[in-house]
Amino acid sequence: MTEAVEVTRVVDQAHRESWSTVLASVVRLTRDLDLAEDCTQDAFVQALRTWPDGIPSNPGGWLTTVARRLALDRLRRETNLWRKLPLLVEEPGEIEQPTDPLRLVFTCCHPALARESQVALTLRLICGLTTREVAAVLLISESTAAARITRAKKKIAAAGIPYRIPADHELPQRLDAVLTVVHLVYTAGHVAAGSALTRTDLTGRAVELARMLERLMPDEPEPQALLGLLLMTEARGDARVSADGELVLLADQDRSRWDAQLLAEGVSRATAALERGHGRFALQAAVAGLHVTAPSWSRTNWGQVVRMYDAMLVSWPTPIVALNRAAAHSLVPGADLNTVLGELDALSKEPALATYAYLPATRADVLTRLGRTDEAAEAYREAIQLTANETERRFLTARLQARGAQS
Amino acid sequence: MAQYMFLLYDSEEWYDNVTPDDWQQAMKLHGAFAEAVEKAGARILGGEALERSTTASTVKQREGAEPLVTDGPFIETKEALGGYYVIEARDLDQALELAKICPSGNVEVRPVMNTSSDSQPPA
Repeated sequence: MTEAVEVTRVVDQAHRESWSTVLASVVRLTRDLDLAEDCTQDAFVQALRTWPDGIPSNPGGWLTTVARRLALDRLRRETNLWRKLPLLVEEPGEIEQPTDPLRLVFTCCHPALARESQVALTLRLICGLTTREVAAVLLISESTAAARITRAKKKIAAAGIPYRIPADHELPQRLDAVLTVVHLVYTAGHVAAGSALTRTDLTGRAVELARMLERLMPDEPEPQALLGLLLMTEARGDARVSADGELVLLADQDRSRWDAQLLAEGVSRATAALERGHGRFALQAAVAGLHVTAPSWSRTNWGQVVRMYDAMLVSWPTPIVALNRAAAHSLVPGADLNTVLGELDALSKEPALATYAYLPATRADVLTRLGRTDEAAEAYREAIQLTANETERRFLTARLQARGAQS
Repeated sequence: MAQYMFLLYDSEEWYDNVTPDDWQQAMKLHGAFAEAVEKAGARILGGEALERSTTASTVKQREGAEPLVTDGPFIETKEALGGYYVIEARDLDQALELAKICPSGNVEVRPVMNTSSDSQPPA
């Protein structure tokens, strides 16, 4: 008998590492997401029951075999489905295909699904989160999360959204949606509301997803760029929170606490991706690279950062990119702060930024440096109201109080 | 004889609690309609039930850029319905590819519902 604790640990690990592979293999067999999910779940339950007698040498392979067998049993029992089976079963003998999870990712991130559904489905089907966890991560109620996932699955079935990797000519658009969703999953983990500043599990899964995309699409620079971007963000993780749990801005972080190995991994990927293309994530990774390779905040090459955002604005003229550009512009030595303030004021009319705490926070900083302390205090209060993250709120409150002490 | 297209608009809430009996009843009404058309000396040339609007996708032509695929039905009110095709395609991806080359600024792609005799009420 294997210790119960050890079995639970191995099953948990298999859940993290193999959930999407197992599920995707069953989906290829059944083309029915609900059925595939049930059978994958049941395979994990069986593992908890039988692994105390001996843990298989290849837990993922064991789970896939069991889940597929459960699915076939159920299809045989349900004659209605059995009639369709000859159409569904393909390539007998091929239990696992390395690209299975990739097909499933492209299904979850299909453009015929709303972005919010893409994210919820990816969290559920690829990351293996429960509906309750999906709701917690996305800051929505459990019933909303459940409805969102159910609707999306119904649409996949009714509209005939296929389970395949897009052809080359479709890839740029389709890949961008996938990368955006993975980035959103990472961000959801990174700024999850609640007491802890990051949800390591979720950020970890987003990084694993990015690694998988890089591995399965070696010809594409953008997955490599996304992975580089995430690794550089991960590398700064520890330094982002002080010993007593307070947020530390990039400007004030102790750069010696950054993870040198992750940084090197991230920077080399960002560099390689940038040599192959100037996509959205390549440019974002370039900005991150300029930050992490600078000796300090003040000695960051802000002019170069602004140029990267300018390049981004050509193809993605979104208010958020414009805001980031303005924030970087405010830090170029000798920048005209009144010009920057004008840019920020113009952006505050953008509906897309209406609830975005970073805009008033940036305005507050520029107003402080211009000596307009009353307006700065007002902007800080606005930012405090908008942030959902407790640690960020405490940080902004401390900034506001520091203003009060000065004036 | 001239040809006319009938566009059927109904509340979709009906689908939320539909029973197999309701379903059969609706099928009967459409059967009766078909008989009435024939009796009037007219003909039904074609017709399909559509899946709910939540299953729709829309392909929008853009100047100087790839056509944009979005989720959901076509909701602008400036444009008017000007025609239709019923296309048999492999899957939604193929249907969307074809919608992109269809000579119209906006094409809503809606799956046709299975209303064959062994069909079930939509889930």
